[in-house]
Amino acid sequence: MRSVSAINRFGWGQRDGSGAGLSVQDWLAGQLTGPDRAVFTGVGPCADGLVALREQRKAKMQGNPLVKPIFQAEVATQMDTLLLTEQPFRERLVWFWFNHFTVSLRQGSTRAVVGAYMREAIRPHVTGRFSDMLLAVMRHPAMLMYLDNASSIGPDSVAGRRRHHGLNENLARECLELHTVSPAAGYSQADVTSFAAILTGWGVDLKADEPGFVFREKAHEPGVKTLMGQEFPEGEDGGVQALRFLGTHPATYRHIATQMVRHFVSDTPDPASVRHVEGVLHASGGDLRAASLALGGLPEPAVGGGKFRSPMDYATAVLRALSVGGAPSQPGDPHSPAHQLVSAFSTLGQPLWTAPLPNGWSDAAADWSAPADMLARTDWAWRVAAHVRTGDPMDIADIALGPALRPQTRTAMHHAGSRQDALALLFSSPEFQRR
Amino acid sequence: MMISRRTALLGLTSAWTLGRSSLAFAGSSGGPDDPRLVVILLRGALDGLSAVTPYGDPDLASYRRALVLPEPGQEGGLLDLGGFYGLHPSLVTLHGLYGQGQMLPIHAVAGHYRSRSHFEAQDYLESGADERLSSGWLNRAVSVLQGKANRPDGYGLAMGLTVPLLLRGSARVRSYAPAGSQHPDSDLYSQILALNASDPVTGPALRNALKARGFSDAAMPGEATTAARGRDAAGKPRKVDAFTQLSTAAGEMLAAAHGPRVAALEIGGWDTHAGQLGRLGGPLAQLDRGIGALRQGLGESWNRTVVLALTEFGRTVRINGTGGTDHGTGTVAFLAGGAVAGGKVGGTWPGLRSGQLFENRDLAPTTDVRSVVAGVLCDHLHLPSHAVGTVFPGTAVEPARGLVVSV
Repeated sequence: MRSVSAINRFGWGQRDGSGAGLSVQDWLAGQLTGPDRAVFTGVGPCADGLVALREQRKAKMQGNPLVKPIFQAEVATQMDTLLLTEQPFRERLVWFWFNHFTVSLRQGSTRAVVGAYMREAIRPHVTGRFSDMLLAVMRHPAMLMYLDNASSIGPDSVAGRRRHHGLNENLARECLELHTVSPAAGYSQADVTSFAAILTGWGVDLKADEPGFVFREKAHEPGVKTLMGQEFPEGEDGGVQALRFLGTHPATYRHIATQMVRHFVSDTPDPASVRHVEGVLHASGGDLRAASLALGGLPEPAVGGGKFRSPMDYATAVLRALSVGGAPSQPGDPHSPAHQLVSAFSTLGQPLWTAPLPNGWSDAAADWSAPADMLARTDWAWRVAAHVRTGDPMDIADIALGPALRPQTRTAMHHAGSRQDALALLFSSPEFQRR
Repeated sequence: MMISRRTALLGLTSAWTLGRSSLAFAGSSGGPDDPRLVVILLRGALDGLSAVTPYGDPDLASYRRALVLPEPGQEGGLLDLGGFYGLHPSLVTLHGLYGQGQMLPIHAVAGHYRSRSHFEAQDYLESGADERLSSGWLNRAVSVLQGKANRPDGYGLAMGLTVPLLLRGSARVRSYAPAGSQHPDSDLYSQILALNASDPVTGPALRNALKARGFSDAAMPGEATTAARGRDAAGKPRKVDAFTQLSTAAGEMLAAAHGPRVAALEIGGWDTHAGQLGRLGGPLAQLDRGIGALRQGLGESWNRTVVLALTEFGRTVRINGTGGTDHGTGTVAFLAGGAVAGGKVGGTWPGLRSGQLFENRDLAPTTDVRSVVAGVLCDHLHLPSHAVGTVFPGTAVEPARGLVVSV
């Protein structure tokens, strides 16, 4: 496997030629060993977002005046990181796991907390144990709000008997189906109901001085519960134990191994590759660093295969190829690199943090290659290329694609009459549509 | 409408572009009698020998017989320019202006650089220097004109998505872009389709998308490739001639009582590496119609106008293996307008004998394009001659004289 193609497949598109020349394994391992070097500026903990949300509600403010600046700051600093990261593999893992544990702006008033969720629940665990990430996700206010668990009440709990409220199975169901064991594990509706009961009381305390996760004893369904043949005690610890059980379940390892191979290698994962990654997860107790590095050793996708870039992949790769970004983006500045990137996501059909459903954005070429989508990419790339006034397009092409650049594309670029046309050809070539 | 960061930094409000042509203005809010200057950048390298053909040179045919059109007076022949040179038959408006003494081709011009890279050469041409600068000569010229640099509305106007380097710099510039026109033209779409033709995912998708946008099958690569040539599959002229639209708009803005006085337009389609005989007529006709539209838009102000059409370099004297020509050096520049001292062909003909070609392949340059520009700036815009070094830093430039009618 040549380095540039690996850099594209495992990263966010080559920028400035960094990393080329290293072996794939060394390049990947170098990013996951040692600390996360991303630095986020102008953003605070999840509690800040919850305070803003609380104050807005208390004063019945319209138009999100307190939440908006928090959200804009998250967009600015997180998009800057995407454009500039020197640990693109780590960064791709962060977004992969975010998509696995999707929180979307489409429901649950998550705007105030989605950015913090990504930094607090996902990012610290991408090189740790899967079950730790699972626990962090399930206790995070963003997920509890997004999938309604904050309002789920045990029918036989103190609150349930008083208010005649009941279970909301949403989080429990999606956790089983999407986040952990998947339907392949053969769980039943009784398991879903039981798991929902286990998770009752896991909510968000908006009123506290430092709002955040709370276990509400009074909303918790009393008694021992059974989930997939295992008994879990009453109380907060029952939920923690259940998540440890699910987070280390063989069916979970198979499911996430499949997802990882699908994201990094092929829309139709090769069973042997899945078994290999699954085996690494087993042997390491769910160590995501080991599993992620195992991806680098898998057989290459067939020639001409590779992964089709999603709109987010594509826009990021174009702007990284053009070395867009540098000075920190000012939150809300419509001319900032971060805004350029995030508005491209919308233009190309994948607006930031707004997956339609809890299963996240699709990882399949067929969902991103509709005629109108392809033309939108070409038109957007052509407009972006109009602003490029320096650099030789061939150099940009060589850095961005390395040996994947086809002679046909090189010839067409060479014959282009302007820098803009040459770059539009590069970014519209089939090889640039893939990573 | 898209407003770029760069546009915002320049204090611009908007930009215009249509297909691969675009327009940029710099220059005041000026008085009605101010001289007008329009610079048209021909991006992609115009073959000067086809635009203004030295049919009287006995060596021409030996290099490119298949590209040389019949002599003036014959069917489909050149339009005569006084016995030695003939104008390409697509340039009828320019030929009419020549007859009125308002058109002046200057032959065997080249920049001061010897790059054969489009991108480098365009940067140098627009910078007007021996290196790529962050500002263009037209902006610097406006900057040194007394009282023109900081007109609140801009003395100059850029029509296009972005302001070309030519017009970028400290002087205030305005620009416009009509909405809904911000996508590639059919020529570039055809090339993009060709790149994707064999791809099972992107090929059919792009093909269907362009069909939905009204491109006919015949315009798709692998079949006819006439879409880009200014004609549709049936041979009818293209519905929208973007460059003409922009030219009309530019002319009207320049004519307005307090409008801009300096403008820049861009037009592509010149990079004729293959099938040049069939490909060059379209862009030349567009250029010709555009200059006609400028004259119409300018109205009475045409008499105070110089239009300067420049390209980054010329093309090889010899025809290549695919009926086209490759990147060369010397080429032709056009001056047109009521203020032009035309009706003749300027420059010094270098000859085409084997020892006379530049590097045994290109038309040898005999005139530095900067001297032509400097002559127009000094005699038309009244740029003080001591400021020529500011507009063209580096090696000294001697303004060519007698290009414009002395007022």
